[in-house]
Order: sequence, then C-alpha cells, then structure tokens
Amino acid sequence: MNRIITLLLLLVLSWQSHANAADTDAGVSPNEQLATLIAKLPKTKLRSMASVIDEIAAVKNPQTKFVLQSMLDGDLYYIKSNRTIVQAIKNDSKLYQLTDVMTNESLDPVKKSVISKIRTNNSLRSKLRSLLARIDLTDPNKAVRLQAVQQLLSSPNKGSVGIIEELVEAEQANEVKQVMTTILALDKLKSGDHSEKMQALTLLESTLEPVANNVISNLLASLPEKERTAEQQELAAALNDVLGTIESKRSFYSVVENVFFGLSLGSVLLLAAIGLAITFGVMGVINMAHGELIMLGAYTTYVIQLAFPELIEYSLLIALPAAFIVSGSVGILIERGVIRFLKGRPLETLLATFGISLILQQLVRTVFSPLNRQVISPEWMSGSWQINPIFSLTFNRLYIILFAIVVFVSLVMILKKSSLGLHVRAVSQNRDMARALSIKSDWVDAITFGLGSGIAGIAGVVLSQLTNVGPNLGQAYIIDSFLVVVFGGVGNLWGTLVAAMTLGLTNKFLEPITGSVLASIIVLVGLVLFIQKRPKGLFPQKGRAAD
Amino acid sequence: MNTQSTNLFSLSSLLGQRNPLHLTLLVLLVATVVVSLGNILFPEDSILHVSDYTVSLLGKYLCYALLALAVDLVWGYCGILSLGHGAFFTLGGYAMGMYLMRQIGDRGVYGNAELPDFMVFLNWTELPWYWTFSDSPIWMVIMVFLGPGLLAFVFGSLAFRSRVSGVYLSIMTQAMTYALMLAFFRNEMGFGGNNGLTDFKEIFGFSLQSPSTKLGLFIATAVILALAYCLCHFIVNSKMGRVVTAIRDSESRVRFIGYKPEHYKVWIFVVSAMLAGLAGALYVPQVGIINPGEFSPLNSIEMVIWVAVGGRNSLYGAIIGAMIVSYAKTRFTAIMPEAWLFALGGLFVLVTLLLPKGLAGLMTKLKSKKSESNSVEKDPAALRAES
Repeated sequence: MNRIITLLLLLVLSWQSHANAADTDAGVSPNEQLATLIAKLPKTKLRSMASVIDEIAAVKNPQTKFVLQSMLDGDLYYIKSNRTIVQAIKNDSKLYQLTDVMTNESLDPVKKSVISKIRTNNSLRSKLRSLLARIDLTDPNKAVRLQAVQQLLSSPNKGSVGIIEELVEAEQANEVKQVMTTILALDKLKSGDHSEKMQALTLLESTLEPVANNVISNLLASLPEKERTAEQQELAAALNDVLGTIESKRSFYSVVENVFFGLSLGSVLLLAAIGLAITFGVMGVINMAHGELIMLGAYTTYVIQLAFPELIEYSLLIALPAAFIVSGSVGILIERGVIRFLKGRPLETLLATFGISLILQQLVRTVFSPLNRQVISPEWMSGSWQINPIFSLTFNRLYIILFAIVVFVSLVMILKKSSLGLHVRAVSQNRDMARALSIKSDWVDAITFGLGSGIAGIAGVVLSQLTNVGPNLGQAYIIDSFLVVVFGGVGNLWGTLVAAMTLGLTNKFLEPITGSVLASIIVLVGLVLFIQKRPKGLFPQKGRAAD
Repeated sequence: MNTQSTNLFSLSSLLGQRNPLHLTLLVLLVATVVVSLGNILFPEDSILHVSDYTVSLLGKYLCYALLALAVDLVWGYCGILSLGHGAFFTLGGYAMGMYLMRQIGDRGVYGNAELPDFMVFLNWTELPWYWTFSDSPIWMVIMVFLGPGLLAFVFGSLAFRSRVSGVYLSIMTQAMTYALMLAFFRNEMGFGGNNGLTDFKEIFGFSLQSPSTKLGLFIATAVILALAYCLCHFIVNSKMGRVVTAIRDSESRVRFIGYKPEHYKVWIFVVSAMLAGLAGALYVPQVGIINPGEFSPLNSIEMVIWVAVGGRNSLYGAIIGAMIVSYAKTRFTAIMPEAWLFALGGLFVLVTLLLPKGLAGLMTKLKSKKSESNSVEKDPAALRAES
C-alpha cells in the first residue's frame, strides 16, 4: 500500500515537474516571460545583472528594446510601492513622467521619492549597447537593419564590430552587407596590422561614405612626415591612391549634380520663357505683364488647394488646366483690350503692358494680401531618389524637367502640325497675305496670345512648387525670360530651349565658385555683352521673316 | 507743388503764345521765389507759410523733374527708350552719398573718424581704394558726372555700335539696372549693402538738419534745373540736336546721308546719363538716404511714365509730367497706399492708348484746334487745302 502511494506520488510529482519544464519553454507567452524577467530587476545585484539582461534581450518582444534602451539611457525606474517597472523622465515641473514599460501606458507624474532607479554601470552600459545593436541588426525588416548599420557607420563602437563580424556572412540584403563590410574595413584600418590595413584599403576603394573619407585622411595625417618605415611608406601610398579614387568619384558626382541642378533651373527658365517665345518671339508683341500671368498661375494653384483641401494629392493636376484657362483668358483680355490698339508701336506696347503688370500685382496684393502664400507639395512630389551616399535626385526637380520637356514638345507640335499653328505662322510672316487667304488675323492674334499666356499660367503652377508664391513672383522672372528669348533668337522655339538650358547650367556651375548673387550678375552681364555681339541671338531668323 | 502747378497752368493760358523756354524759366523763377519767401517771411501759423517739409518735398520733385529732362532727351528726341536711367540717377546719388558719408567723420555710432559706420560693422580696417578721395568735394563733383557718364559711354558704345535698338535696348537697359541692384545689395561691394548710405550730418560744412540748408538745397536744385533746361533746349535746337531728332525718325536715312548715328546716340546718351547723375546727387542730401532699392527697375519705369504723361518730344512736358505724377504719388501713398499701383498702372495704359503725346501734345492740339477754327472762319479755303 505504501509503495503504491509512493509510486502515485512520484508519478504526480514527475508529471508536475514535466509540466513545469514545459511552462518555461513554450507554454509562457513572450509577454509574461518579459514581465517575470523585468520583475527580477529591482532585486538583482549589479554583478549578477548582466545575466538577467542577457535573458531579457533573448525575449522576442517589441517591448524588449524599449526596456533596454531606457536602461541604457538611465531612465528605467521602479515604483517603490508596487514594484512596477517604469520609464521615468523628468518634466518641466520637476516631477517624473512615468510610462509602464510593459504596456506603454502613461501614468500620473510623481515625485522623485516615489520611485527608485535601476542602477547600471559602465560595463553594463556597453553590454546594453551591443545587445540593442544586435536586436536591430537581426530585425527581419531590411529597412530597420539598414538604418541600424548606417547608425553604426557614423558612430562605431567596439562591441558592434564584433556583432557585425558574426552577422555579415548571413546577411541577405546587398545594401546592408555593403555598409557592414565598410564598417569592418574601417575598423581594420584603425586597429589592424599592416597586411590587414592594406587589405581593408582595397575594400574601401569603391565606397563613397563621407565617414570613410575622414578615417582615411585622418590615418594619413597620423603617419610620421619623415623617416617612414617601408611599411608606412607602402601604406601612405595606398591611402593616397584610395583618397584619389574617392576624390575623383566625388568630383564626378558633384559635376553630375550640378548638371542636374542646372537642367532643372533651365527647365524653370524654359517654362517661364516659352510663353514669351510665342507672344514676343512669334507674334512680335512685347508683353511686360508676362511675369504677372505666371504669378496668376501660381495663385490659381493656391486657390485650388484652398477650395479642395481633400484633394491635395491631385491639386496640381487640377491646377494645370485651371491655370491655363485663368492666365489664358486674362491674356486674351489684355490683347483685345489694349495691345490690339498699339500694333506696330512696340515701345508703347511695352509701357502699356507694364502698366497692366502693376495693376495685376496690386490686384493680387489687395485680394490675397501682400504676404507670401503657402502652396503645399503633394506627397509624390516630395522625397528624393537616393542613388548613392553622396548623390540623390529630388523628385520635384525631376518631374519639373520632364514636365518642361512635355510642354515644349507639345508646343512645337501645335505650331508645326496643327492648323492653328499654320495660321499663326502665316500671320506672323505676312499679315496681309494671310488675310487675303481668308485667315482671320484678329482671331489668330487673340488665340495665340491666349496660348502664350496660358503657358505662362502653367509655368506658374510649376513655380509654386519651387518658390514662394507672392505678388512679386512674376517680377523675378520677367527679365530672365526676356533674356532667354532674346538670347535664343526671337521666333525660334529651339533657340529658347537651348538658351534656357545654357543659362541654367552656366548659373549652377558659377554658383559654387562665386556665390549665387554674383553668378546671376555675371550671367546678366555676359548676356548683355553677347547680345551686343549678336543682336539676333543664338539662332537668328533668316529670310524675309527676319525683318 | 499746388502753387507751382496752378501758377503754371494759369500762366500758360495767359501767355499761351510765348516761347516755352522763357515761359518755363519764368514759372520756375516765380515758384522758387514764392516758396522761398513763404518759407522765410511768414510765421508758421500763417496760411502763406511754406513748411520745411514742403520745401524738401518740392526740392525732391525738382530733382525728379531734372531726371525727367534727362529721360526725355534720349527718349523724346532720340527715340531710345531707356528703362535703366534709374541706374545713372542712383550712381550719381552714391557719388554724393560717399562724400556725405565721409563728412560724418567721428560723429558716427562707432566714432571712427576714417571709416564709415557700416565698414566698421563689417570689421574692415581701411577704406577700399575707390573711397580714397571721397572726402574731397571736387572729386565728388567729378564722380557725379564721371560715374554715370562712363557707364553710359561703355554701355552705349557697345549697344549702339552693334545696332541694338528698340525693345531690345529697353530690356537690356533694364537688365543693366537690375544687375547693378543685385551687385549693390552685396556687402562686399563696399557701398553699405542693403542699408545703403545714410545718417548724413552736413554738406560743404552746412548742417543738413537746418531749415536754411534745406531751403538752400531747394534753390540750388531749382537753379540747376533751369540751367539744365537751357542746356537741353540748346542741345535740341543745335545742329547736333537736329541730327539726333532725324535719327529718331529714320536712323537708316541718316546713315545713308553720311552721318554716323551711333556717335550721336552715344553722345546724347552720355549727356542724358550725366544729367540723371546730377539729379541723383541733388536728391540724396534732400532725402538723406541712398540705397540699392533706387536701382530697382520699377523706379526707372516710373521715370518713363513721367515723360509719357507730360509729353515726350517737349522739354517742359517732361517737367510737368514729373511734377504731376510725383505729386499724385505722394498724395496717393498718404491717403490710400494700395491704390497707387492701380493708378500708376492705369496711367500707363491710358496715356499710351489715349494720349500718346502726353499733356504737352494735348495742349498743342487744343491750341492748333483753336487757331484752326479761327482760320476756318476767316478762310474756308485753307481748311480745304489742309484736308
């Protein structure tokens, strides 16, 4: 009987212990696991803390990182009364703002005496750092890993290098791996022996990270100037080589970047000037209010965004036709109301349209206030395309270049292929003959002027994405636009394209050397001199149309 | 201003048949004497008293009138529409401003006897080379003419030799003044950057704050305007002036006859620029500041509208135009500032559409109509012949 009871007891016991084992292995959720582990923290002595932290770090729980990070920052406390572990941050009124580390719940602020700090020391802190690094570096999300390695690249520490050494082989994502190799190579370069240094240098040849550049030049500077050993000489030569390679790559990319900026500035100039190329170039009407038509386009964008706040993402697409119509109809009004009476008197046209530009400016000032208005960029316009660590293209500039090309091509097509274009060219070449062939020259004048003005409006939509939208927006572009048209050769759309791009590129290449103000002065003076030399521009019109 | 314009109109109707030169000089003389006496003789509470403020304001208008003469000389008589005369005006102003700046001496904020305040502020230790002689009044007078004149000569000879004309020239002159504005806004230029030159204390030893100096400046401006008017009248009626007018009407014909139009154009452009510089130099001590804002293209355009309103192709028209438009600007900006640009813009449009020859043209037209109707009564055949 006793035996049986003993056996039964044993059975029960062993079953229980078995169940206990299962408990700690899989039966407990990560949440509870973390909760039991951090509950140990207040009682644990500093010297046995390390093992507890290790256990905490092994728990796969989103809160783990929060706990470790708070501990590293010295913000981890427990409430004395109920031993809840909290993150505590001192606020302005000298109270401590508490957050429960398990639930992320904010608790009421308390006084210092209510809570007690969980203590750490230097060795624990470095352990925490490397544990945290490892958590990020093993994160399944690639973006998190990339961010983590980039962080380590800019502020490396000894512990993390070890972890990266472990992880680099298993890393799947190429970008992450590349940064990891860079970190390792830099570490070797700092602390390795001669052959390791030389090997690391070959790895660093292709990197463009600014950090690598710094480390290499520092190392070069730390070598003795004279009486170098053979090894040092070899190292110095290799360092110089790598620096040279990096430098030439950098200067290549900075040239590419300048070209990109120049083209985007050129596109803006092209958009601003191309409407003028039609009204001034093709029709021969000088319109000083052109800049204000651009401004009207920009304000149309603003009004559209104000009217349809829920459609911000599509506002630009709505604004393009709207601005075309607004500026186009104002242009037609100007043509019918004023310019038509001043035919063949260019100086008077100049003055009258200048008057109109003043009126439009003041109108905008009265209606919208003289202050700049905020035009929002939709999501898809912001951001950039990061090609490598030192070179990226911003989306808005990229779109503007593409858009300018589209506008230019469609305009050329309209003038070359459509019947309207044919009539426009006919009237501009010989008005009387065109009228004799039953072309309504008045109507053609109005429509052409409307077209040129409408395109100014479209330019305004684009400019609203780049500069401040204010009453003076137009003035800033009018002189530039005229110079582009005159420089390219009046009446020649391709000339306008070439002129706009040339001016944009020249400006951007001068800017780093002279500063932006001086650059625009130099360009202005250069243009004035050029026009003195070739009054008809880059591509003068030939034949009878020239007079 | 009020006294002056009413004087002018009543006198012109009174003395309608007189030579405009004599008439204008007479009006100018009468106005100057009236204003000066009003300022000195009558006590402040009298209706006839002309306040110091008004004297300065009138002095400013006289500078504008001189500037309008300069613009009229090139635009009205040579057909060159310059949208950059503000540049010459401002350069003259800066030449005067530099001299006045050096007269401050150690009375500036930093008390540096050698360097103007803004240079001390920029941590400069010595004067830039182009400031070397700026404390000499003779040098100042030379620079007032040389600065604008040289710029006009270089720009003009380049532009006119390559036969840039019409709208192109206008836009290029505008670009010129725009570029100068950008340049002068830079602190490194050594002209005070954004703030320009200001805080002047005295001119030729007279305090700029005292009423008598203000009156003196006003009278000096009036005298210089009268002299400039005579000079322009002389130029326009000289043989050279005839050639210049011929160039305006048909440049190629003048060239075919054997003249060199570009020489005449450069010459008249330089004279006009110097007059504009002189106007700027007289303007600065009366307003007490010169800054790069004066280079702004809008200012240059305003000058053109003075002439357009008054009537180009007539020297006294330019003076009348400058007076009327400036007076309107003063009134408008005081009463309803936002309406001024509407008014100015409207003026541009209306004058070009309806009054292409300005007020002076309108007056001549009215006069000729009157004499025409007279002649119709006397001799119907003359009308037939005319039509």
